[in-house]
Amino acid sequence: MPTDSTGSHIIRMVLESHFLVIRQFCCYTRALRSENKVTVSFINRDGEKVTVKGSPGDSLLDVVIEQDLDIDGFGACEGTLACSTCHLIFDEDVFNQLGPITDEEMDMLDLAYGLTDTSRLGCQVCLTKSLEGITVRVPESVADMRESDFGTTSSSS
Amino acid sequence: MNTSRVFGFKTMKTLLTNRSRATITSGLRRLACTPSSCPRVCIVGGGPAGFYTAQHLLKAHPAMQVDIYERLPIPFGLVRFGVAPDHPEVKNVINTFTQTAQHERCCFHGNVTVGKDVSVEELKQAYHAVVLSYGAEGNRLLGVPGENLSGVYSAKDFVGWYNGLPCNKDLCPDLSHETAVILGQGNVALDVARILLSPLDILTKTDITQPSLEALAASRVRRVLIVGRRGPLQVAFTIKELREMVNLAGTRPDMVPADFKGIAEVLKDLPRPRKRLTELMMKAVREAPSGEGSTSRQWGFRFLRSPVEVLPTPDLTQTAGIRLGINRLEGSGDGARAVATGETEDIECGMVISSIGYQSLPIDPAVPFDPHKAIIPNAVGRVLKTSGLYCSGWVKRGPTGVIATTMNDSFDTARVLIQDIETGILDISTAKPGSQTVTPLLQKRGVNPVSFSDWEKIDAEEMKRGSVVGKPREKLLDVTEMLKTVHS
Repeated sequence: MPTDSTGSHIIRMVLESHFLVIRQFCCYTRALRSENKVTVSFINRDGEKVTVKGSPGDSLLDVVIEQDLDIDGFGACEGTLACSTCHLIFDEDVFNQLGPITDEEMDMLDLAYGLTDTSRLGCQVCLTKSLEGITVRVPESVADMRESDFGTTSSSS
Repeated sequence: MNTSRVFGFKTMKTLLTNRSRATITSGLRRLACTPSSCPRVCIVGGGPAGFYTAQHLLKAHPAMQVDIYERLPIPFGLVRFGVAPDHPEVKNVINTFTQTAQHERCCFHGNVTVGKDVSVEELKQAYHAVVLSYGAEGNRLLGVPGENLSGVYSAKDFVGWYNGLPCNKDLCPDLSHETAVILGQGNVALDVARILLSPLDILTKTDITQPSLEALAASRVRRVLIVGRRGPLQVAFTIKELREMVNLAGTRPDMVPADFKGIAEVLKDLPRPRKRLTELMMKAVREAPSGEGSTSRQWGFRFLRSPVEVLPTPDLTQTAGIRLGINRLEGSGDGARAVATGETEDIECGMVISSIGYQSLPIDPAVPFDPHKAIIPNAVGRVLKTSGLYCSGWVKRGPTGVIATTMNDSFDTARVLIQDIETGILDISTAKPGSQTVTPLLQKRGVNPVSFSDWEKIDAEEMKRGSVVGKPREKLLDVTEMLKTVHS
């Protein structure tokens, strides 16, 4: 517990200094409103890191859409668990915090490119204050992985 | 002083303007173009591959003009005609496609058959590049005696029938017999099985066509066997579709437990997707009630069986059953081969649906085609031994994969095309007229292209008809009727 609060204190300090920079570019109201928000960083396919804020309760897909993040083809089925295009990769400790995965989410993850043991669908992971400062990775889509993918004769999915 | 202030202000303004111009120019240097040499690309086929290719081209190049040519007066291809009616969530991609079609640098031209109304060569003259994304409209044949008997259908036609594809509206499949056999174990096979066995109250809330809903209401099909030439570890369907079968109300699995002998031992070494899929199948086998249950409808897999002959009724007109050759497996995993043992077994059935794969067809003599692989020979979407020709989707890689597969594949083709513009492989230095010359050419030939706003009239009409009967839409089934709606 003390470690935890020290950790979060450090994170808060880092974030506060980070906010100072952001504030120079953002209007004041936005910075004030952001105090209730959760900071999330996305590492894009080209390795670029984008840090944004989302409201607790929003899914990571909501965050990508609201913040208009440029991730090609993200969330094709609009969060209805019918595709795997919002696949995100988490750090192991964060992944373990996220709670149980439904069979239906696992089913779609099984079709995702570059599936890892810490993969989740962005539409199924909702922000909480305890996720403050997390970094998630957008998997690279690699051509040859696709060739050997779990392909099927399908027009349906 | 006043003058100098005014002068100073002016100078500053000029400087600023020039500076911002310079910034823009340097940012877009490689991509920017004068109006006369804007890259014009046309896409043949308005399905997912076409729309995803267009989406990426428009995004990646600030001046790219994209025209999409589609044979039908309506867009979206297999999202409308392939995706099962009880999978409305998959059809959400239509929202993104609609945004693409409404993009100021994109134009949809429906009701145009490339290869007949306009040749690929003519499109090449009018555009800097042509992307072939016309999918797979054919189907692989079984190649067995009896294939042409009444009661034998291709899954492609059956799916087209319940999804309102104009050319399949008169299919009238014979649903009067208890057992239907589906050949093939991919997702299309499971879609067909599910539609055949779904409780009507599920289907009535979907955009399934009214004639097929009525036919299914009167259907006597109670048992659907889904036959594959290889074993449980080689099935091609995905787990979502299998889970839907397992959870389908009013049905129970009818499996052969012996088919799964030895599978439990190899499970732990399988990759996660295959492992979970196999475990779910085995769960269905374990939970299958041994006797007659309360539910009257059954579905099940039959493995290691290849069609040998469709057996006719005594008058030689109808399907009475199917003779299956019994196989054994050679090798293991995805690469395992089915080898005929010479033994056969007969199954009595009134309907055989062949679901062994879609197949792309050649579109125009000017486009190379590999008849063996049934694709356009290409390297990452560049059509081999040509210039200015690209391909994406099923015609590029064969008819497999889910929509996300086609999405990635189409983005790849678009990236390659943009790259070719940047490196000069694709010459855009001379202006191309695009639809300015193609549209008059089509009109001269008696073809009237349908625009995206024309489609929106059809869309509105379909939704209006659907709301009357409590469905998301009632599809128009006839091209003539679609065109009438456009011009009303």
